[in-house]
Amino acid sequence: MATEHSKSSARIMIAPAVFVLLVWMLVPLCMTLYFSFADYRPLRATFDAWIGFDNYVSFLTSSSFLSSVVTTLQMVAGILVITIGGGVMLALLLDQPMFGQGIVRILVIGPFFVMPTVSALVWKNMFFNVDNGLFSYLFKFFGAQPYDFLSQAPLLSIIVIVAWQWLPFATLILLTAVQSLSSEQIEAAEMDGASPLSRFWHIILPHLSRAITVVILIQTIFLLSIFAEIFVTTNGAFGTRTLTYLVYQRVLESQNIGLGSAGGIIAVILANIVAIFLMRIVGKNLDN
Amino acid sequence: MGRITLDKVQKKFGDVEVIPPLDLTVEDGEFVVFVGPSGCGKSTLLRLIAGLEDVTGGEIRIDGKPATDLPPAKRGLAMVFQSYALYPHMSVRKNIAFPMKMAGMDKAEQDRRIAKAAEALNLTDYLDRRPGQLSGGQRQRVAIGRAIVREPAAFLFDEPLSNLDAALRVGMRLEISELHKRLDTTMIYVTHDQVEAMTMADKIVVLRAGHIEQVGSPLELYHAPRNTFVAGFIGSPKMNLMGGEAAKRHDAATIGIRPEHLDVVDGGGTFIGKVGVSEHLGSDTFFHVHIPEMGEPMTVRAGGEVGLRHGDTIHLTPQADKIHRFDEKGLRIE
Repeated sequence: MATEHSKSSARIMIAPAVFVLLVWMLVPLCMTLYFSFADYRPLRATFDAWIGFDNYVSFLTSSSFLSSVVTTLQMVAGILVITIGGGVMLALLLDQPMFGQGIVRILVIGPFFVMPTVSALVWKNMFFNVDNGLFSYLFKFFGAQPYDFLSQAPLLSIIVIVAWQWLPFATLILLTAVQSLSSEQIEAAEMDGASPLSRFWHIILPHLSRAITVVILIQTIFLLSIFAEIFVTTNGAFGTRTLTYLVYQRVLESQNIGLGSAGGIIAVILANIVAIFLMRIVGKNLDN
Repeated sequence: MGRITLDKVQKKFGDVEVIPPLDLTVEDGEFVVFVGPSGCGKSTLLRLIAGLEDVTGGEIRIDGKPATDLPPAKRGLAMVFQSYALYPHMSVRKNIAFPMKMAGMDKAEQDRRIAKAAEALNLTDYLDRRPGQLSGGQRQRVAIGRAIVREPAAFLFDEPLSNLDAALRVGMRLEISELHKRLDTTMIYVTHDQVEAMTMADKIVVLRAGHIEQVGSPLELYHAPRNTFVAGFIGSPKMNLMGGEAAKRHDAATIGIRPEHLDVVDGGGTFIGKVGVSEHLGSDTFFHVHIPEMGEPMTVRAGGEVGLRHGDTIHLTPQADKIHRFDEKGLRIE
């Protein structure tokens, strides 16, 4: 892209793609904005194109809003802790030379290829089910009372399911980071008298910090919109209603498109605030 | 104190014997250089001494105490790596402090030693920078600083200058030699560059395929190479080795004459050839002389101003007492 000519032709070439992306993003966003200021309840045949900020006020002041934000944050934080903690450990394990390394690495990536609905169903019916779940058998084997995960600890159950899906992603990124650490640095630390634990703490973990921030950034963006896992397992009951799920309920269960759209716009704003903070942290971390 | 003794030390990787059983003693305060072509096992030998590799057989003793099964940190040795292996996320100060921090030394003593090392190595102004902000030579000095503060029994250097440019290499070579004189601590230095070996060492260990070919002071190796390998490896430019008729006249299978021991004469020389490429260094000129009965061109050192050009005929006579003779096995004949 050196000459003026090639620059302008490049612009013309990418214009269609940019146009399509813009339309795909702008049209739904504008429609949501439009509906969020309207009283639009199709089943009651109500349509009032402008009711001001009424929808926003009622969405923000309802008791479910704050609790859904808290639930969302708890869920995202829980999943991040598990995937990053587990990911670091798995990456260190997979970095060790072992028999069948290639196969093991492919198997570890496996869960990432299972679609969310399916994995949630598998966990719900195969592991968490009180009567036939594998965990129930395990509890009974040790003579304990089977535990109904999904109704006793629903938030934790969903965190476990989603963390299982995202663990491979974190592991993969962290594994490449672990592999890029020069062996001479570890050997130097060994000569300097660092124990395996302090080698991890002083050398390996700082080396991984960039990769960890990247994982946090990407995962947070995706995790804010978790839906299928909640829909399939608890249906938003027992304190597992996230902001995304609340918007869904307002639109489809209450058939209040205006209120749901207002919720959607609020969710977009909140997600952007989170993203801006994360980008700042990542930017700082990537600089040096 | 830092006397290191290797007794029948052997290393195998699987079935491949990298270092056949080998004996060597490094005296306290000595500057020993391991030199040899790539893949000769010199770095492996250093890593065995450091404890980064396990020996397959034999024993390593440091100051008379068995060290074969000690972990690297317990051997009291410090190592400077080829890539320097500085910790990129720590400042220079923290890098240098790391071994002391790991040893649990008290803060005041740490600061005192850091200040002393920084002053000795001209790093005082850079203590708060990260390694990424330093030049190659400065990084090298930080790596040495990190080794000094531990006050080790011996320093191990693994090709520390190979990542530096030529001018800096000469400077660092002097600095390391100077450091050795000042600290008077044992140093073991690995290099493939025979010039580094000749200029720095008290004792050179020439290795080939894990075998020690010869051990001796630089001048011993220069004046009395034990075999043709050492003869060809030590000295720059390389010694001219020739067999056949020329060697038979001296009752040997091979004779060797260094470029500096060949005189250019006006006529009636032992060898008559044509001048090929000539390298002018100002103080010296090296001629590559093609002699019909010999396969490889001979290298000759002449003074700075010799009026010979490409294609000219040249007469050469070796200095009779500087001819090295070797038998069929390549061993020196006295």
